[in-house]
Amino acid sequence: MKSGIREIKMETEIAGIKMKNPVMTASGTFGSGMEYSDFEDLSLLGAVVTKGVASVPWSGNPSPRICETASGLLNAIGLQNPGIDVFLKRDLPFLTGKGTRIIVNVCGHTEEEYLEVVERLKDTSADLLEINISCPNVKEGGIAFGQDPGAIEKITKSVKKHASQPVIMKLSPNVTDIKESARAAEAGGADAISLINTLTGMKIDIHKRAFALANKTGGLSGPAIKPVALRMVYEAAHAVSIPVIGMGGISCADDAIEFLMAGARAVSVGTENFRNPCAASEIAGGIRDFLQENHITDVRDIIDVVK
Amino acid sequence: MIKENAVVISQEKIASGIYSLVLGVTFAEEAVPGQFVSVYCRDASRLMPRPISLCEIFPDRGAVRLVYRVAGAGTEEFSRLHSGETAEIMGPLGNGFPIEENRDKKVLLIGGGIGIPPLLACAEKLSHPVFAVGYRSETYLLADLKKAGQVHAATEDGSYGICGNVMDVICSVPLEADVIFACGPKPMLKAVKAYAEKNAIECWISMEERMACGIGACLGCVCKTTEINSHSMVRNARVCKDGPVFKAGEVDLS
Repeated sequence: MKSGIREIKMETEIAGIKMKNPVMTASGTFGSGMEYSDFEDLSLLGAVVTKGVASVPWSGNPSPRICETASGLLNAIGLQNPGIDVFLKRDLPFLTGKGTRIIVNVCGHTEEEYLEVVERLKDTSADLLEINISCPNVKEGGIAFGQDPGAIEKITKSVKKHASQPVIMKLSPNVTDIKESARAAEAGGADAISLINTLTGMKIDIHKRAFALANKTGGLSGPAIKPVALRMVYEAAHAVSIPVIGMGGISCADDAIEFLMAGARAVSVGTENFRNPCAASEIAGGIRDFLQENHITDVRDIIDVVK
Repeated sequence: MIKENAVVISQEKIASGIYSLVLGVTFAEEAVPGQFVSVYCRDASRLMPRPISLCEIFPDRGAVRLVYRVAGAGTEEFSRLHSGETAEIMGPLGNGFPIEENRDKKVLLIGGGIGIPPLLACAEKLSHPVFAVGYRSETYLLADLKKAGQVHAATEDGSYGICGNVMDVICSVPLEADVIFACGPKPMLKAVKAYAEKNAIECWISMEERMACGIGACLGCVCKTTEINSHSMVRNARVCKDGPVFKAGEVDLS
């Protein structure tokens, strides 16, 4: 039935940056792509979103840093990263020319630290910046910026002043009203928002009478959080007019399609990469199959269709 | 390194809560003692693969043997695998012990509990392996260890060998060693490291940590290092990728 196969358009666009499909990797689950390139053809991905990079190397939290919960994963890595020098020398050159868009996730303890990284990324091959104001596992910075709408707007404005690439603000779900966070990022001039980061959680080892994580709390990810993430993406997408990148527990094409239908312009695959290193490209293929089966020729025709 | 559906050739319970699983794999020829595989659960609510070390490698049969302890629902699921079924695994992962350069040296293999299995794979590649092993009470793998080398054992309850732990074995039996390979619980590794430093013996230890990706990307399984690690740029190394085997002096076990 070859004649029945029509060309399917998978392209999407975030802040003027075209992507070959709407599937990317979630920050912190994919390194800078190097380790996964043994399994995954990176050119099949809409974009690779890097692990958070700071102005200097960060040691992160003590071990144990991860533990499993029902359909979920708690982590408290604490944004360990080698710093912008090594990132620019080793990681960014690796990703460059791989046939996928590069989104660099930026983290910091203070506004100055964020801005230093943003400045260093000027005139590099980074296509977009994602500003992490929502990591629940570091005491200063991260979530400290992400839980107060005033602080979100302020840091967004500052970053926008210094950035040469379009800016995505990554929002925390650990807030009362995600719509306020989304509107604050938009008011600050963000080109897009991405959500959700992990939900703060805890696990106790009853035999050891101790916390399962050295950090006591961690960020919950995986299929367990998907319904919460979907609700928040829907709310955010209908509160702002800038594009929304949806994520949180996506483990198959059906999950990704739900986020697109809820209003996300693109989606990120995170924890599922740990179960299946080819998850992101397989999900992109699964979306294409869904479109074909339903005689839809453009992925944009399923975005924001559930009102 | 590959992710594949491995065929279960056989599985047997060899002690209470301890299972021996032989899997047909495509990578047996390239696998090295001290490496491990990530075993994935069929129950999709258990997201993380379980890292299990290679107990034996059979390149000619295209198989590996895993000996593991049932520690929770994931390993309990593995213990119910029957021959002919498949298990989703990724491997071989990690670096492994330095076998080639130590093949003809006097290598002392020090193992505690479920840290013993990877030392069997080492012994099968060495000329003069000597084991010092410690069990809580019930022993396992002893017949295999004895086939591969000389064995000195201890049990905590004295039911077999010396009454005490593996350090009591080392202190009570005169053992000469050029190199030590060790795998076991952290307190044991600490004691082995101190013993090796005191006696100026080269020492390699295999570390254990919960893992998520298993390939060095997520930084979930790091251990503390004494020097700045060239990949991380901090005093941290990835157990799954930079290890699990480290020179004892490189790891901060405090």
